[in-house]
Amino acid sequence: MTVALEARNLVKEYPDVLAVDGVSFAVPEGTCFGLLGPNGAGKTTTVEIIEGVAQPTSGNVYYYGEPAGARFRQEAGIQFQNTALQDYITVRETLQMFRALYDEPADLDHVIEQCSLGDLLDRDNRKLSGGQRQRLLLAVALVNKPRLVFLDEPTTGLDPQARRNFWALVQGIREEGATIVLTTHYMDEAHVLCDDIAIMDEGRIIAQGAPGDLLFEQYGDTLINLPHGEIRRPNLEDLFIELTGHSLRV
Amino acid sequence: MLRRVWAIFVARNREFMRDRASLAWNLILPVALVFGLSFAFDGQRDEYTVGVLQDEALIDTSRHPFLDTRFVQFVPYRDTDEALLKVERHQLDMLLDPGPPVRYWINPEAAKGYFIEFALLQSAAGNPEAVVKQQIAGDPIRYSDWVLPGILGMNMMFSCLFGVGYVIVRYRKNGFLKRLRATPLTALEFIMAQVASRMLLIMLITSFVYTGTHLLLDTRMEGSYLTLFVVGLVGAISMVSLGLIVSARVTSEELAGGLLNMINWPMMMLSGVWFSLEGTGRVMHAISQIFPLTHVLDSARAVMLDGATFLDVAPALGALTVQSALFLAIGAAIFRWERF
Repeated sequence: MTVALEARNLVKEYPDVLAVDGVSFAVPEGTCFGLLGPNGAGKTTTVEIIEGVAQPTSGNVYYYGEPAGARFRQEAGIQFQNTALQDYITVRETLQMFRALYDEPADLDHVIEQCSLGDLLDRDNRKLSGGQRQRLLLAVALVNKPRLVFLDEPTTGLDPQARRNFWALVQGIREEGATIVLTTHYMDEAHVLCDDIAIMDEGRIIAQGAPGDLLFEQYGDTLINLPHGEIRRPNLEDLFIELTGHSLRV
Repeated sequence: MLRRVWAIFVARNREFMRDRASLAWNLILPVALVFGLSFAFDGQRDEYTVGVLQDEALIDTSRHPFLDTRFVQFVPYRDTDEALLKVERHQLDMLLDPGPPVRYWINPEAAKGYFIEFALLQSAAGNPEAVVKQQIAGDPIRYSDWVLPGILGMNMMFSCLFGVGYVIVRYRKNGFLKRLRATPLTALEFIMAQVASRMLLIMLITSFVYTGTHLLLDTRMEGSYLTLFVVGLVGAISMVSLGLIVSARVTSEELAGGLLNMINWPMMMLSGVWFSLEGTGRVMHAISQIFPLTHVLDSARAVMLDGATFLDVAPALGALTVQSALFLAIGAAIFRWERF
């Protein structure tokens, strides 16, 4: 199995806090890896070190076996947790600008269709709703046909429809062959999307593995396995979507 | 590389041009200032300045009662031609030769020259024939002719410093720079795009404002438009580069505003935007030479008022180029994408 991304013993120290304390993991090509944890656990700092926007105090990041560098920047697509875009610029112009920064950009029409942005192309960035904005930021992360996609808490603040649609989007990206690194504090999101997860707390990984395996390790003596998809207890989010509709609000 | 620079350049231009309020303010403010100063307030400095032709460094007030007049600054000059040029250019309100015979020159277009003439004649009330009025050769230079380069330069300064400094700090603060950093774009490419964008916009705006005021007020233009354009271009590069230093690391718009004002105000007061620095000491003169705006204004006035050629202003352009290279090198070296 080819390893797309590997973090080795990452450490990030600030004057008064150890934000990341020896984090290591490997992400096989074509899988979705989830980094979970409560607020302040060190997820975002870890991912920003891997993305190259923060410098580690020590440790290394490897992309397809090589230290992450120029190739990584060309082939990685990144959706940050909080990113402002330029004012007075339309969705189309934003995508065109970011696309022009890469040597081998994606087909823009495909990205637009993939992220359901067709009706928003001429809209000013300032006039996008939370869900529309997240879809645009995801599209920005996809304009370079990335082999590796980082999604940092992509559904925070979204309504249930937008959240479920975003999941479908991420699954679509994965089906196209991309490797995904997802940070989230929504456990259901990780369960739906991730092949492997790592749970972080106080800067360290405290558990790592496939979601089912981790559950079995922890609750093996009380866990009841049901046939997937046949029996499922509806929750309040299901009720909300049932009442307000499945379609994405443009 | 050029494709990436072009992409950022185009996006920044669009952002600026579509911000109608800022664009309008950039166009309206300098025009309003030129008109206001030309027609409403005359815009002259508070104190009268009179040049005195003499060899000595100190003014001997016993040579003429006028030299004892309060609220007038008397500045010694040895070179008559140099002093007359300053009278023509509103840098001196009057030139006085204590004689005998006592002779004086004023610019007939200068309101303060008109009033200081009264003061001189009053001081010679007992023997007015002993004071001889001399004519200034050539067309007198109006205050609007003199102040126009100052206002254009000041507008350019504000636009270059705040237009780059504030924008980059805002990009850094809201995470847009961090997003760009996650792409193949380099710091140098980003800086080049910002400089190029601001250069294009400021040169368009300055050319538009200059053309409008020149046509409406029929301001003096003795030299070449191309030379004047080059002066503006090189000056703008220098001031944009200065703005980059301020914005290279700062993460707060409030701090950036304070730092930019710390640069703006001394530059505006000591570069000769509103009034001439005649009569200020050597220290002040030396300080003024540090500022890019001083070289821009001196060169622009030389071209517009005296018909200076490219070669005449080359030393000032050289100084501006050196300053630009220095500012850009510092700005690129200390540039930081992220907030922390």
